[in-house]
Amino acid sequence: MSEREAPAAGAGRGPYRVVLLSAGTGNPSSTRLLGDRVAQKALDLLREEGAPATVNVVELGPLAVDVARATVSGIKSADLQGAIERLAAADGVIAATPVYKAGISGLFKSFVDLLDNDLLVAKPILLAATAGSARHALVVDEQMRPLFAYMRALSLPTSVFATPEDWGATELGERIERAAAELAALLRAGVGGEIADRNWSAHQHEFGGNATRAERTGADVDFDSDLMRLATGGSLPPADPDAP
Amino acid sequence: MYLLSLPYTRNEDSEARSEMQFGIFSVSDITRNAVTGETPSEAERIQASVQLARRADEVGLDVFAIGEHHNPPFFSSSPTTLLAAIAAQTERIVLSTSVTLITTNDPVKIAEDYAMLQHLSGGRVDLMLGRGNTGPVYPWFGRDIREGLPLALENYNLLHRLWREDVVDWEGHYRSPLQGFTAIPRPLDDVPPFVWHGAIRTPEIAEQAAYYGNGYFANNILAPNFHFKPLVNLYRERFAYHGHGTPEQAIVGLGGQAFIAKTSQEAVSTFRPYFEGSPLYGASYSLEDFKRGTPLSVGSPQEVIEKTLTFQEGFGDYQRQLWLVDHAGLPLEMALEQVELLGTEVVPVLRREMESRRAPEVPDAPTHAGLVKARYGDEEPRQPTPNPNRGDNLTGASPYQDVEPEVTASYPELV
Repeated sequence: MSEREAPAAGAGRGPYRVVLLSAGTGNPSSTRLLGDRVAQKALDLLREEGAPATVNVVELGPLAVDVARATVSGIKSADLQGAIERLAAADGVIAATPVYKAGISGLFKSFVDLLDNDLLVAKPILLAATAGSARHALVVDEQMRPLFAYMRALSLPTSVFATPEDWGATELGERIERAAAELAALLRAGVGGEIADRNWSAHQHEFGGNATRAERTGADVDFDSDLMRLATGGSLPPADPDAP
Repeated sequence: MYLLSLPYTRNEDSEARSEMQFGIFSVSDITRNAVTGETPSEAERIQASVQLARRADEVGLDVFAIGEHHNPPFFSSSPTTLLAAIAAQTERIVLSTSVTLITTNDPVKIAEDYAMLQHLSGGRVDLMLGRGNTGPVYPWFGRDIREGLPLALENYNLLHRLWREDVVDWEGHYRSPLQGFTAIPRPLDDVPPFVWHGAIRTPEIAEQAAYYGNGYFANNILAPNFHFKPLVNLYRERFAYHGHGTPEQAIVGLGGQAFIAKTSQEAVSTFRPYFEGSPLYGASYSLEDFKRGTPLSVGSPQEVIEKTLTFQEGFGDYQRQLWLVDHAGLPLEMALEQVELLGTEVVPVLRREMESRRAPEVPDAPTHAGLVKARYGDEEPRQPTPNPNRGDNLTGASPYQDVEPEVTASYPELV
């Protein structure tokens, strides 16, 4: 198990760790370009506010074979495991995917499928997508938003969507600025870390998982639970007679 | 009467053996041989597993363990039947399971079946309990997989009592209550078979193993190297917390996979077509990555020895090492050769090496003879002998003759 760093929880600290997760595959990739623009804007805003931040990029293209192998075998390569740990240690995430065949990239979804259910709990996440046509504009809200709702992440109100005609338009810059400002504000408020700290025990976890707050030793485990009492020779509490 | 005398003969000539156990375990899969394209029949695989166990016994391995499944392409639905047949054809090897389903089996039937096997094998039996990984098995046996964990925990709590108390009154969530119930036969020498709890992700199972001072087994296959270390460490820590000794004295077993040949190149070239042709491995991994990244050893005896020594270094001193050798559709002759190489070239060296590295306070692997000794010292073990049938255990005192004479039942008086 590698050394893990906890996110820089709490308000007014830093440097904030932002991870840009990009499922773009071209070189250059318009998805990566969009992600870079959003990330740069967020960094600029944070710097103006005296809050340093770093951006770490996770490119999924080079991990595609590892993602596929892990999907069928359950075994993650060292590179894939490293990407998951970087994501776990992030204070905020920018998630960017291309739209293929009217949906998010299969690679992007397959990668998210490999994440621990609690890996992104309360992490601010900025949703971004690129597509060949404006007709796909709702993919972000109809596919990415429910996916990260399941992950209990804190999706920002503004998502960013770009098609070829947007690259020359000032409106894209304005939307990027709006979304980046939301990300910067949430990071500075430390709200993600605070929610995760307060509610961690209310979520389901797996022992030895990848989340930075995951249980890894006896000191992390709650032994005062119905199941732990049953494990030590106790009985389950009586069934609720009104239960269906 | 050779069977009954066995635990004691084994104890006497065990001086030359190290106190760690080495053996093989199988999940009982029936897999197509990717080289010949042929798939063995159930009949062939069942007979093959008996042959593997016999060979393991002959070459001096300590343990043979078989899994439990209730669907094709597996054969081992009735492990105690298979192990009883093997017990009758072997002399020293300890028979175990990998795993016995503590969720879908009735703990009463487990208590009875394994106590019976323990008697017939002369104490050469222990068992490993697990929840099972095949979802549909639960509904086939009237259970709900969503309740698998509490079911496993409650069932073991009951099993533990059934083997230690002559008469049990019990009520739980998942099974009909028991009043005045006696699981027969009582365990051999009134010493229950040793229990290992197998788990790959659940801290509650590690906690249960630790609470009872039972063993904890990590299958240590199909996962990255040392993936199971946090759970093993949790078990060790809690074993000490519950007062059974130091963390280093906890009873740990590990799995592993091996394919051995005289040279590294021969091992890789012989094993590769089986690995690549196996639906379990070949579709998902490259042999090189799997060999490097997981506990699988493919190589010369020396390479297998070196890799296995890393387990001791990483997990700490442990009591039992089992390898999976009859997998990936390997033909019987090849699997027998693997058992032979383990027994003659690998295990003798590992016994020596691991023994020399082992901390002095670390306990030996549990055996029936050892448990009898721990319980009775030099006294004769208890041999439960029943009183005449009286129809139930609810009236009167113990159903066994050796009950303390001052413990008597009081009967209601009819006026």
